[in-house]
Amino acid sequence: MTKILEAKNLKLIRGGSLLVDVDELAILDGETLSLIGPNGAGKTTLLQALSFLTKPSGGRILFRGHTVGADYRPLEFRRRLAMVFQEPLLFDTTVFGNVAAGLKIRGADRAEARRIVESQLERFGIAHLRDRSARTLSGGEAQRTSLARAFAISPEILFLDEPFAALDPPTREAIVADLEKVLAETKTTTVMATHDRNEALRLSDRIAVMNEGRIHQIDIPGEVMNRPVDPFVASFVGTDSVLSGKVKESRRGTLVVTVYGRDIEAVGEALPGEEVVLCIRPENVTLTMPGKEHISSARNIFIGKVIRIVSMGLFHRVHMDCGFPLVAYVTNQSLDSLGLIEDLQLAASVKATSIHVIRHGKRALSQT
Amino acid sequence: MDIILEGLRQAFILLVTFDPEVLGITWFSLKVSGTATLISLFFGMSVGTVVALTQFPGRKFVVSLINTGMALPPVVVGLFVTIFLWRNGPFGFLEILYTPAAMIIAQAIIATPIVMGISLASMQQLPKKLRLQILALGATRLQMVRILIREARLPLLAAVMAGFGGVISEVGASIMVGGNIKGYTRVLTTATVMETSRGNFDIAIALSIILLLFAFLINLVLTHVQQRERPR
Repeated sequence: MTKILEAKNLKLIRGGSLLVDVDELAILDGETLSLIGPNGAGKTTLLQALSFLTKPSGGRILFRGHTVGADYRPLEFRRRLAMVFQEPLLFDTTVFGNVAAGLKIRGADRAEARRIVESQLERFGIAHLRDRSARTLSGGEAQRTSLARAFAISPEILFLDEPFAALDPPTREAIVADLEKVLAETKTTTVMATHDRNEALRLSDRIAVMNEGRIHQIDIPGEVMNRPVDPFVASFVGTDSVLSGKVKESRRGTLVVTVYGRDIEAVGEALPGEEVVLCIRPENVTLTMPGKEHISSARNIFIGKVIRIVSMGLFHRVHMDCGFPLVAYVTNQSLDSLGLIEDLQLAASVKATSIHVIRHGKRALSQT
Repeated sequence: MDIILEGLRQAFILLVTFDPEVLGITWFSLKVSGTATLISLFFGMSVGTVVALTQFPGRKFVVSLINTGMALPPVVVGLFVTIFLWRNGPFGFLEILYTPAAMIIAQAIIATPIVMGISLASMQQLPKKLRLQILALGATRLQMVRILIREARLPLLAAVMAGFGGVISEVGASIMVGGNIKGYTRVLTTATVMETSRGNFDIAIALSIILLLFAFLINLVLTHVQQRERPR
C-alpha cells in the first residue's frame, strides 16, 4: 500500500516542553490507524501536527510525497482533510447549514452541495433533523452532524480526536457502528486518537501506542495486544501482570525465567542471565482449586492466595499473590463455583505460549 | 403626590399627541447616538476582534486598558473633547465645538471601548477549538474571521446595544461639548436636565419615559442574547 501521509523527525515544542517527538510515522492509503495512550500522551497534539493545524516545531509532514508548507501549500493540504473533535463544534445554524459548511468554504456549486449534504444526512441518519437548529441537538445528534460535515468534503484523510469520548455508552455504540460501516464503504484513510483501547481494536487496521509524545509501538492490533514491545505498552493494552525477571535457562525457544524466586516458563528467545519482562494477560490465567490443577495442560502452575476481588460487571478481576502479583479474569459463574473469597488458596495456571517476553533494549518498531 | 400624577398626565398627553418638540429632541438624540454607535462599531469591533484572535506581548495590558475604557466617565471625555476642540486647542480650527459633530465625537469616544470590550469578550467566549475546526474545514484566515464573527453575531449585537445604551443615556459629555442649544444640540438627557431645573416636570417626565423605553428595549435584546446557548 502506498503512503498517503508521512511524518519525519516531527517535533512539537510548547512552553519549553517537548509534546510530540516522532522520528518516523507513515500512514497508508485507506487504512484506519488509532493513536492510543493515556491522557497527556500527545495524541491530540500529534493529530494537530499531522493535520498541520498546529505548525510543527521541527521535522516534515509529507502528503503523497510533497512536503506540506514547502512544495505544498498548507491551505491546499487542509482542503484535503477533515477533522472531528470530541466536542461537535457545530456552527450556530441549521443541521443542513453545518453539514454544508466545508463545501461552502470551498465555493462549491449550490445544487451539487445540496445533493452531497442530503446524502450525508441520510448516511448518518439525521435527515429528519435537516432544518433543526444545531442548538437543539442532543450530544449524539450533534456528533453525527459533525461526522456528516467531515464526510461531506470527501476528505482524503480523516482525523478523529476522541470523537466518542463525551457520549453515553448506547449512543456511542450506535455511532461507532455507523462510522465502522461508513469507513468500510468509503475506505477513507483515518487517523483516530482515543484512550479507549476497545474502540481502537474495533475500528483500526493498525494501532500506535503513545506515551510522553513518543510512539512506543505501531503494529496490527493482534501484535500490539499480544506482543507489546515494552512494559508501558503492555500495561496500557491491558496486560495486567507485567513482571521483571532473569532468564535462568534458554533452550529451543523455551525460557525459564526467575521472577521473585519463582520459575516461570515462557516461549521466546533470550540469553541466560538476561533481564526480561514477562507479560501475562488476565484472560490467559486460569484459576482452579489446589489439587485439581493437573487437569490443565499449562506448564506454569502457581499456588497463591487471593488478595482482592474486583467486580467488573460481567466478570471479576482476581488479584493473586503467587510470590509475585498475578491478575486473572473470572466469570461470575466460576466465582460462585470456586467459592472465591479473599485469602483463599488457589492454583493459577498459564500456558507458556500465553506469556509474552520483552527483552530489554529491544524497542524496534515493527513496520507493516 | 399630585405633582407626580399631574406630571405623568401631561407627559402622557405630550407623547400621544406627538408633541413636535419632544419628537424633535427624540429624533435628534437617535441620530447623534446612532451615528456615534456606528463609528464606535467600526473601531470597537475591528480592534476587539484582532485582540481576541491574536497573541502578542502586552496583550493582557491592552485588554485591561480596554476594560477600563468601558467605565470611562462621560464628563472626563466631555472635558478632553472640549479642550481639544476649544478655539485655541489642537483642533480648534475645525470650529465644531457646540455642534452635533462634537457630540458625535464625544459619544463615539465613550461607546468605542464599550463595543470593543464586549466584542473582545464575545469573540473570546467562542470555544478555542472552533478556530481549529474552521481551519480544518479548509477555510482561509479571512474566511475563518468571517465565520467567527458570524458565530459571535448575537453577543456582538449585545456590544452594539450596550454601546448605544451607554451614549443615549449619557448627559455630561453632551452638555459640555454640545451646549444644549435648542433645536440644534438638545438631546433627551440634556433637555431633561434643563426642564427639571426649570420645574417643567411634565416635559421632563415625558422625556424620561422615552429614555426608559429605550433602556427597556435595549435590555430586552441583551437578556435574550445572554439567555441563548451556543450549539454543542
